[in-house]
Amino acid sequence: MATKLKPVDAVTIGVGLTGTILAKELADTGLKVVGIERGRWRDTEHDFAMPGVHDELKYVRHKELMQDLSKETITFRNNANELALPMRQLGSFLPGEGVGGAAVHWGGLTWRFLPWDFETKSRTLARYGAKQVSEECTMQDWGVSYDELEPHFNRFEYLYGVSGKAGNLNGKIIPGGNPFEGARSAEYPNPPLKVGYSSLLFKQAAEKLGYKTFPVPTSANSRAYKNEYGATIQSCVYCGYCQFFACEMGAKASPQTAVLPALMKNPNYELRTLCNVTRINLDSEKKRAVSVTYVDSRGREFEQPADLILLTSYVLNNARLMLLSGIGKPYDPTTGTGVVGRNYAYQTPSSVTLFFEDKNFNSFMGAGGMGLAIDEFNGDNFDHSGLGFIGGGFMQAGSNGARPIEFHPVPQGTPRWGSEWKKAVSKYYNRAFSITIQGACQSYRGNWLDLDPTYRDAYGLPLLRMTFDRRENETKMSEWLTNKAAEIAKAIGPARMNVNPRRGKYTIVPYQSTHNTGGTVMGADPNTSVVNKYLQSWDVHNLFVVGAGNFPQNGGYNPTGTVGALTYQALEAIKTRYLKKPGALV
Amino acid sequence: MSEPSRRNFLKSAAALGAAIPAGVSAQSKAPAHADHGAHAAPKGAPAQPRPYMFLSQAEVAFLDAAVSHLIPKDELGPGAKEAGVTYFIDQQLFGGYGSMARKYTQGPWPEGTPQQGYQSPLTPAAVYRAGIRDTNAHCQKTYGKSFDALARAQQEEVLKGLDGGKIELEQVRSQFFFNMMLNNTIEGFFADPVYGGNRDKAGWKLVGFPGVAAVYTSFIEKHNVPYKAQPVSIADITGKIAQVDEHGHPIHVMLHDHKAGA
Repeated sequence: MATKLKPVDAVTIGVGLTGTILAKELADTGLKVVGIERGRWRDTEHDFAMPGVHDELKYVRHKELMQDLSKETITFRNNANELALPMRQLGSFLPGEGVGGAAVHWGGLTWRFLPWDFETKSRTLARYGAKQVSEECTMQDWGVSYDELEPHFNRFEYLYGVSGKAGNLNGKIIPGGNPFEGARSAEYPNPPLKVGYSSLLFKQAAEKLGYKTFPVPTSANSRAYKNEYGATIQSCVYCGYCQFFACEMGAKASPQTAVLPALMKNPNYELRTLCNVTRINLDSEKKRAVSVTYVDSRGREFEQPADLILLTSYVLNNARLMLLSGIGKPYDPTTGTGVVGRNYAYQTPSSVTLFFEDKNFNSFMGAGGMGLAIDEFNGDNFDHSGLGFIGGGFMQAGSNGARPIEFHPVPQGTPRWGSEWKKAVSKYYNRAFSITIQGACQSYRGNWLDLDPTYRDAYGLPLLRMTFDRRENETKMSEWLTNKAAEIAKAIGPARMNVNPRRGKYTIVPYQSTHNTGGTVMGADPNTSVVNKYLQSWDVHNLFVVGAGNFPQNGGYNPTGTVGALTYQALEAIKTRYLKKPGALV
Repeated sequence: MSEPSRRNFLKSAAALGAAIPAGVSAQSKAPAHADHGAHAAPKGAPAQPRPYMFLSQAEVAFLDAAVSHLIPKDELGPGAKEAGVTYFIDQQLFGGYGSMARKYTQGPWPEGTPQQGYQSPLTPAAVYRAGIRDTNAHCQKTYGKSFDALARAQQEEVLKGLDGGKIELEQVRSQFFFNMMLNNTIEGFFADPVYGGNRDKAGWKLVGFPGVAAVYTSFIEKHNVPYKAQPVSIADITGKIAQVDEHGHPIHVMLHDHKAGA
């Protein structure tokens, strides 16, 4: 029997990137806020200290900062005809666990989605007609425009101290930035990171081909930076251990560096760690959430009543808790009706690896998001007529730090082991780099999330079941984009190169990206979305669901910048409208 | 980062040469490389037998032979066997990795599709036990000897048979076992020496990897200039063998400076 606790004003389920911002801002208005986090407390001084924090085996191979699958995982299958089986070990994507969530081990890239991304469906239909995509594609508009989100993007970039270079300042194209980005109201708060050798070669070749290169925007801060909460994010030292790791310098923006120092001092805020939320409880009419139920690390069950419930865990758990709590109609792919779990999408990454005889890249140096990119082949920045696909992706050459267990590229045709392999590894570890492409992924009727009928978590609750595969649109797009990258690679002039478009069935085995999207999508129509444009549940007005789960389909960028903007989109609506008059905002 | 002084280089070089992380390099009999003279074992250090925690002696013999093919000793330097990869695998199998700690282990266990990944009811520890037993049984049947007693060419043939799936094993899929062994061998060759492999930082020296994180702010825009430092391990820092800055980053001993100093 759950112990019923004293009511509070607001609860965040999950204490990561979105939950910490919402908690900080709401606690500052005087609300009593409780953050409930399934993982443990983690801070820079104690948990991310040298030298132990930069151990490739522990963090990259054994996933120390990431979700403990012994307690909870997902099941996966490529399509509805297969039997979904548990993801027994992490691979394709790496959800976080513990305070800070995945924003502790993220790579730092902080993009704004293109204006086109938010209107994928209407702009595709207007420019190319319905036949450009397959009938099965369930792309849709977000119900919010880039212009509406612009101030929120800005706010998030200034919170996290993003390093970059504006390409479109109030409509004026600025040389050196991304000319394709939506108009921004301010320059980035920090200048770009330094430029590595691979990026320089990429820049020279790309410009020769007529493309405009610009620095990848990143939350690895290029200088010490104090944000609006008085938190100082330190200057990056290019140590080469960024993505998959925590930052020992406090130089990669995260809840730990940007928000928690101020949040933890606010007496209106209380953090409960090692507490796993199992259910959001509704009133008898199922119109209002009344509390959350959670189990603590001593096995005790509690019920925490709250007026406002903020579902701020990872994409997958946000969808799962909605399903476990019976909120919103679960999606049914056979009829195409229902919404929770609908439009699950992912990313379509690909690459070209270049091998040189006479160049050295010091591959172990670098920072998350350190690199130069082009955006000519993203979104609808190029004419897709006759190409048979929509969408694209940014491409870049970066220096992100590469450790030899995971990074030991060899030219295609090299044996997988033995002396020849060893020679190639020895030769190319510091003499190779990749041009990488962050390909988009559309949503389809047959890709969705629901509850698994067989497998259960440590609490006896059904696991989330993922049914997903990429489609022809993604395969064609990846082939086309990767060939464009190969043209740039050729212009650089490597001795050898591996061209790796994304082909074949999606597999959860190799790492691809932690850019899962959808399942709790936002939109203007309750028949095709879980939340409205303020991320408020259509069904339960005091529940807000925040994260990349809101994306109706995924764009050709890393998602975090857009997740940050959406957080402020919800926050503003809560602060300026909902708290004054609780009820449906749309 | 302030550039380390020449005096610091010399001090660090001397320290790195004199002290050896406990339990890691003391057992090594490999001679120091000319370029990496700082890593010679101290004179008179007793050669301690390695305390294997999981593998039997027969399994050690099997893995010593197998990993010496996967990453062989050659003109480029030590191979996986010399780098202590068998011991690394032993420690991994005895620890959380071997028992699938932090992984989902509940059944049922249908084999699934390749896209669904690891679906074996066996933990990695059990996979090795079954895989080694079955491979030895295959070798006995085919050659009349266990794997470790075969000629190198025959061993190579067996490993290729496992890799390509041509040899069928009774209790575990041959490619599943082989890939696990190959992955763990690469891990053991390149992981921090604190885990018992990568002895004398052989893997790091092979590729030119300087080890734990360091400050590269002043070097990263020196394009196409190889950065050659003596690699620093976790134990070099916790054992106060390497000099560190205020954040705990090692102050590297550059290889050319070291040579000049020595």
